[in-house]
Amino acid sequence: MALAETTRSVGRAGLFSLAVFRASRPTRDFWQELTREIYKIGARSLPIIAVGGAFVGLSITLLGYRALQTYGAANQISALIGLGMYRELAPVLTALLFVGRAGSSIAAELGLMRATDQITALGLMGIDPVGKAVAPRFWAAVITVPLLTAIFCSLAITASWFQGVQVLGIDNGAFWQVMKDAVDFHEDFLPAFLKSAVFGGTAALVASYVGFHAEPTIEGTSVATTRAVVNASLLVLMFNFVLSAFLFR
Amino acid sequence: MSAAPAIVKVTGLRLDRGTRTILRDIDLTVPRGSITAILGPSGCGKSTLLSALTGELAPAAGTVEVLGRPVPERKRELLELRKGIGVLLQGNGLLTDLTAAENVALPLRTHTDLPAEVVRRLVEMKLHAVGLRAAADLYPRELSGGMARRVALARALALDPPVMLYDEPLTGLDPIASGVIMSLIARLNASLGLTSLIVTHHVHETLPIADRAVVIANGGIVFDGTPAELEGSADPLVRQFLRGEPDGPIPFDAVARPEAA
Repeated sequence: MALAETTRSVGRAGLFSLAVFRASRPTRDFWQELTREIYKIGARSLPIIAVGGAFVGLSITLLGYRALQTYGAANQISALIGLGMYRELAPVLTALLFVGRAGSSIAAELGLMRATDQITALGLMGIDPVGKAVAPRFWAAVITVPLLTAIFCSLAITASWFQGVQVLGIDNGAFWQVMKDAVDFHEDFLPAFLKSAVFGGTAALVASYVGFHAEPTIEGTSVATTRAVVNASLLVLMFNFVLSAFLFR
Repeated sequence: MSAAPAIVKVTGLRLDRGTRTILRDIDLTVPRGSITAILGPSGCGKSTLLSALTGELAPAAGTVEVLGRPVPERKRELLELRKGIGVLLQGNGLLTDLTAAENVALPLRTHTDLPAEVVRRLVEMKLHAVGLRAAADLYPRELSGGMARRVALARALALDPPVMLYDEPLTGLDPIASGVIMSLIARLNASLGLTSLIVTHHVHETLPIADRAVVIANGGIVFDGTPAELEGSADPLVRQFLRGEPDGPIPFDAVARPEAA
């Protein structure tokens, strides 16, 4: 019974995702909504991403320095940071922060739109609510999460440089040279962007799906918000494993 | 009035929600240009009937025709049909991140290729028609209940639909705002040549502007006639509803609804 219900839910979510793609038409309104959503869910997520990136960079540098120093390889810290950030940490942590900051907000907004008849009103005006309310949020997430990941990486590496070179005394030239040798644009940087776009799209679709189908009550909106964060976070972690297995063989 | 062609025609309609039958054996014909009041106590299925007219709820049995054709089930055709039906929702459904003018402009911008200047003029005209030209730049949260209802009315009229459906248009409004809304409905119906269906339990405010009254109770239509005939009805159920009596054929306590056949 539970399996059947789960299968039905996955099927419904799949059909909803297809509806989002079908409803994505480049109309004048779509571009306006997209711009607004990029600002709302992208630009407004910048502070949390920047602060998060900086502290992750500081923590990993401190931890990695102690471990590598044991083997006399402390100046390899930038390779650890570079590869760790681009391949795994930055896309995943950015996506998780995005889910908490913007995914919850997407679910709550759509849940409230449902509860206050806004979604019903759109349909009754002959306007596809998925095209108007969901598609711009989805594409805004696909566009902004890779950019946020790049900012997360930049802040993490800058923080790592400060901690490693300015505080722990690693040679400045060695720090950058080791990173340059270890990190490849095509093998590390581009896959990070690809993963981020997938994670952004996944987070937005999950949040939109649960918000769009929320019970039209205050409790329904609250449940949808929680479900969006939990489900999207788990899916991001699962997809990260699958993508890493294919991209970094 | 009865010679006018039917804009809405409902035949042998049964509506279910899940496993429960809400309405059964509904026959209704709404002539062009008329104002029909669908009356009944709360929870009797009035809004459910409206959902069938807009295609939100598919009939379990029977047929529903609006503007001379059956209400389609396919999403694309349904969205197309809805361009010809204006709906004023009980909760207004105004988009909270848009101003009053942007809300009214929304259907025009979505369904027409009119230049921005023409859309702006049309929006001004619609807002002027409901007496809110000065409130164009206000957001829904800055409007009173009556003003928000009028903005929603202007938006519902944006595409000049031949049919207007009003779902509890007076709920939550004070007597003055109620009077304004009812006079607007009557004036717009006459001046724009609309056909209006008003779903409401506000009998005394609605009957003066209605050409016809339909009373729904206990899962079906219990009265269909003119407002004068309704006032003179000797049916105990109708009398209980009109006089607001707690005891009578309409039970005070909620009763179990019949299961769908």
